[in-house]
Amino acid sequence: MNTDTLSAFIRGVLAYGRSIVSEAPSPPLKQTPLLEEHLKLGAKMVSFGGWNMPVFYSSILDEHQAVRNNVGVFDISHMGEFEVSGPLASSWLNSLLTNNIEKLAIGEGQYTFLLNDAGGVIDDLIVYRRAETSFFMVVNAAKVEENFRWMQRRIASDVSLVNRSAQYAALAVQGPKSADLMSHFGELPSHNHLVELRFEEVPLFVARTGYTGEDGCEIFYPVTAAARVWNQVLELGKSLGIRPCGLGARDTLRMEVCYPLNGSDLSADRTPLEAGLGFFVDLAKPDFVGRDALLLQKQEGLKQRLVPIKTSGKTPPPRAHYGVFVDGLQIGELTSGTQSPSLNTGIGLAYLDLAYTKPGQIVEFDVRGRKFPATVEKKPLYKKPC
Amino acid sequence: MLVPDDLKYAETHEWVRVEGDTGTVGITDHAQAELTDIVYVELPKVGTSVAPKQAIAVVESVKAASDIYSPVNGEITETNPALEGNPSLVNTDPYGAGWLFKVKLSDPKDLDALKDAAAYKTQIGG
Repeated sequence: MNTDTLSAFIRGVLAYGRSIVSEAPSPPLKQTPLLEEHLKLGAKMVSFGGWNMPVFYSSILDEHQAVRNNVGVFDISHMGEFEVSGPLASSWLNSLLTNNIEKLAIGEGQYTFLLNDAGGVIDDLIVYRRAETSFFMVVNAAKVEENFRWMQRRIASDVSLVNRSAQYAALAVQGPKSADLMSHFGELPSHNHLVELRFEEVPLFVARTGYTGEDGCEIFYPVTAAARVWNQVLELGKSLGIRPCGLGARDTLRMEVCYPLNGSDLSADRTPLEAGLGFFVDLAKPDFVGRDALLLQKQEGLKQRLVPIKTSGKTPPPRAHYGVFVDGLQIGELTSGTQSPSLNTGIGLAYLDLAYTKPGQIVEFDVRGRKFPATVEKKPLYKKPC
Repeated sequence: MLVPDDLKYAETHEWVRVEGDTGTVGITDHAQAELTDIVYVELPKVGTSVAPKQAIAVVESVKAASDIYSPVNGEITETNPALEGNPSLVNTDPYGAGWLFKVKLSDPKDLDALKDAAAYKTQIGG
């Protein structure tokens, strides 16, 4: 068996604990404060965004089903947290982020983008208004330093920007039974809102957000209490069928509901409009970094757009970088793909030439020189049965 | 991890069971446990000539595609028809119902280059 063909995401699974798959020398992997807990639970660890993270504990399928049917807990301590405050914090953030921060009530959060001047995505993130002039940003692990430098370079007077990433542990508790579990800590916020709760003396910022398409919470709390809160969540979830879940299930869950992954589906070369996420861009704002480029792109028309696809019949799972074809001509490329545990079929996200992005469009994807059929679908691919 | 004594092993985590001049090939218990959740298996055509270190099949788990090599020289005589409908047999019974293909050996001496169970156990650290 050859590990060279493994996707970058799982690179290292087979090598874990033995030889390392040869790649360019890279700095040592960062560890979350929960590493010991993961190892105790028998996690398989992989490198992701510079971090040593669990990819699964038991199996991706089991963990996926636990989140769809009951509840699962993910260590998301690798993600970054920034605090922004000061009398001009709101207008300053509004000049950097695509969504309109003025719309946020206290305690409310919104999904938004940090763009480069060309309108390409530096990062997708959630920003919460904690108080009138105080904001909390949750950013992607691999982008913490880049985001921070980018924002620091554009800092305004009377605004304080602090990178708190090293001080916060974070968990995502996700699934239809997550609210039963989390309400042990106090009264939960409504969707997309953040409240401060407590576990013993530990302050917990609890947000009703997630990356799975299920009801769920994300908890941000001091690293010094990392294992205590993690173990408390596992204990409280025991009777609900909780499972610790790794990045493997996180990826299959988010793909089923078509949430993009930065670095795969989003990149510095793609705008949120091409990614089909214009809803989170307020072009009516007077200005933000990347706005001119987006206006121009809108005027000229998109060339490609990110759409979900689903395979037909028995096929190998679609995967990132596979070409997509119509009548033998390449019309795009997959940026994500997997076997969907909930739909029991191959699924993926692909940038396709605009003419081929309508739901129902038949396409083919190329796997090792063979073509397999798929159809363009509407978002999300997976909807909870009512 | 199960490492049956009567099989020969390739460093790339395939096993071979020899009966007469034919070897049955699969992936080891260790390999299936590392991959988990196998969802698709692509097998060679009967009649294909194979050689060691040549990728001739692909096992796909939820997360990744992994090449499978023939441990020996020879010709494919049969592939496991059950895997098309039930690829997870590779997970549940890697040394039995989850076999991948049979190969008619062109040179039995190829087996000498493979590891016995003890050497393979050492390789996987168990």
